[in-house]
Amino acid sequence: MAIDRRDFLKIAATTALISFPMISKAITQSKGRIVVIGGGYAGATAAKYLRSWSNGSLDVIMVEPRTQFVSCPLSNLVLGGTKNINELTFGYDMLKSNHGIQWVSDEVVAIDTSDRVVKMKRGELAYDRLIIAPGIDFMYEQLPVLQSEEAQLAVPHAWKAGVQTVNLRKQLESMKDGGVFVISIPKAPYRCPPGPYERVSQVAFYLKNHKPNSKIIVLDANAEIISKKGLFTKVWAEMYAGMIDYRPNSSVVDVDVVAKTVKTEFESVRADVLNVIPPQRAGKIAQIAGVANVDKRWCEVDFLTYESKIIPNVHLIGDSVSAALPKSAHMATSQARVCANAIVALMSNQLPDSAPVFANTCYSYVSDKMAMHVANVYRYDPNKKIMVSAEGGGVSEKPSELEGNYAQAWAKNIWSDVLT
Amino acid sequence: MDQFKQMINCKNVHKFYRLTHRYLLVFVGFFVFSLNVYADEVQISSSHIQTLAASCAACHGSQGNSVGGTSVLAGLDASHLVLQMMSFRNGSRSSTVMHRHAKGLTVEEINALAVYFSEQKRVSALIPPSQLLEQ
Ligand code: HEC
Repeated sequence: MAIDRRDFLKIAATTALISFPMISKAITQSKGRIVVIGGGYAGATAAKYLRSWSNGSLDVIMVEPRTQFVSCPLSNLVLGGTKNINELTFGYDMLKSNHGIQWVSDEVVAIDTSDRVVKMKRGELAYDRLIIAPGIDFMYEQLPVLQSEEAQLAVPHAWKAGVQTVNLRKQLESMKDGGVFVISIPKAPYRCPPGPYERVSQVAFYLKNHKPNSKIIVLDANAEIISKKGLFTKVWAEMYAGMIDYRPNSSVVDVDVVAKTVKTEFESVRADVLNVIPPQRAGKIAQIAGVANVDKRWCEVDFLTYESKIIPNVHLIGDSVSAALPKSAHMATSQARVCANAIVALMSNQLPDSAPVFANTCYSYVSDKMAMHVANVYRYDPNKKIMVSAEGGGVSEKPSELEGNYAQAWAKNIWSDVLT
Repeated sequence: MDQFKQMINCKNVHKFYRLTHRYLLVFVGFFVFSLNVYADEVQISSSHIQTLAASCAACHGSQGNSVGGTSVLAGLDASHLVLQMMSFRNGSRSSTVMHRHAKGLTVEEINALAVYFSEQKRVSALIPPSQLLEQ
């Protein structure tokens, strides 16, 4: 599919952002243009593999206003005090230049999915296929008091890594010994199922070593620990005995930001440091595009292509997808590659792989050095038309330093794969 | 019983490979295939394997070129890779996590992955430099 005049004019309007020679070269060779919105784990991976697997025959344009990639995986270690946020922060230069990905630093304001045009603050982009990798958004309508920036400064979520993570770490550092850290966990599904429990372990690790008289209260909206339950329960009882007070079925219904007090249906709980992880849905761009058709929260997709079930030529990958799959970074990259592979086939009028298979692993750190995994292979089930967990998946027998080392290796390898 | 079958498979596979060229892998795949739980799946395309192989990248690096901390798979002898995967599956090689990944694959996929990785060039992996977080 060649770029037509209409496309060319539209893109020419944004040439301040895109270099001209690349565009004109693309006109002679291109099989089509894929616009990717969002440069997180999913979007960055999709962009890279689209270029690589199409041997450069697809134009790939990334729309991402942020200039830095900050990894959520390992960011709980910043709270534990064993990582610095700068170790988890990267630029996009290598990804862009190694793969000829065109980059537009602009914000999407609207998407015309019938004319196939992405409208941004400073220009428009036509697409043949669109990939939206929007991550998650917080459902502040359920906790309106946390909507403002000041409220989020006082009561951080720290569920998107970056300044929020640093903020929560600083609050922990200035908490007095004997203080109370309260964390609120939303009902599943949310980003990173074991993440909140890893966070509890990391905060416990920090407090045990620096403020041993402190306590942690976990207000979990779920009926029980939803990931690695046996492992976390054991770790909390053995490594952090007496520190962690876990309360299931505890949905936060209101927050007093100034008094650092949260209300559940049953009780009021006061904190010295308060971390409310709000309920989540597919990121804003998915809402803008009108593809979040499941409970107005998540996006239903075809698991062979990750194309939206309701809007053609729009693909969704990563945390925004409605699926019985963990919303993890590894999962996001696995979905991104299946999507990229399918789009390369579709753009050459071929059928996509009819039975994709991929791996997922989530490591959780329970101290500075010890980690444990949940790992599964997922295979496409042609009858159910979804990805199902294959035989052999499961969790570590116990946390170990060996797995702590492998978790570091995981992070370094996935960063290398996604960002170069 | 299942484990026993796998052990036999593994032994056969090993002996076979020592004697044969690695492109026979595919035939061995079909030979072992009949005993596999996923025996009803048939076609296996290069794009299927390329995508599956790329999901190993999270731990083993792009095209199997690990940045460190895990084995480099790029350029690995195909029969060695198959043997390791079969050993992770049947537990004769203990592992922290690989048994989970090896058990979820068909023998045919393992064979094809082995060929794929054996054909990848060994290069030094690129490491993105970290940056100061912009506040
Ligand atoms: C979550 C991280 C992770 C993923 C994903 C992963 N591996 Fe591994 N791999 C490891 C670790 C860790 C080891 C060392 C054994 C162990 O403790 O499990 C290993 C060892 C191996 C070995 C043995 C190498 C040798 O020469 O001894 C092979 C072969 C291998 N992996 C292949 C694969 C393939 C193929 C895939 C994708 C289907 C894959 N791995 C996915 C972490 C991973």
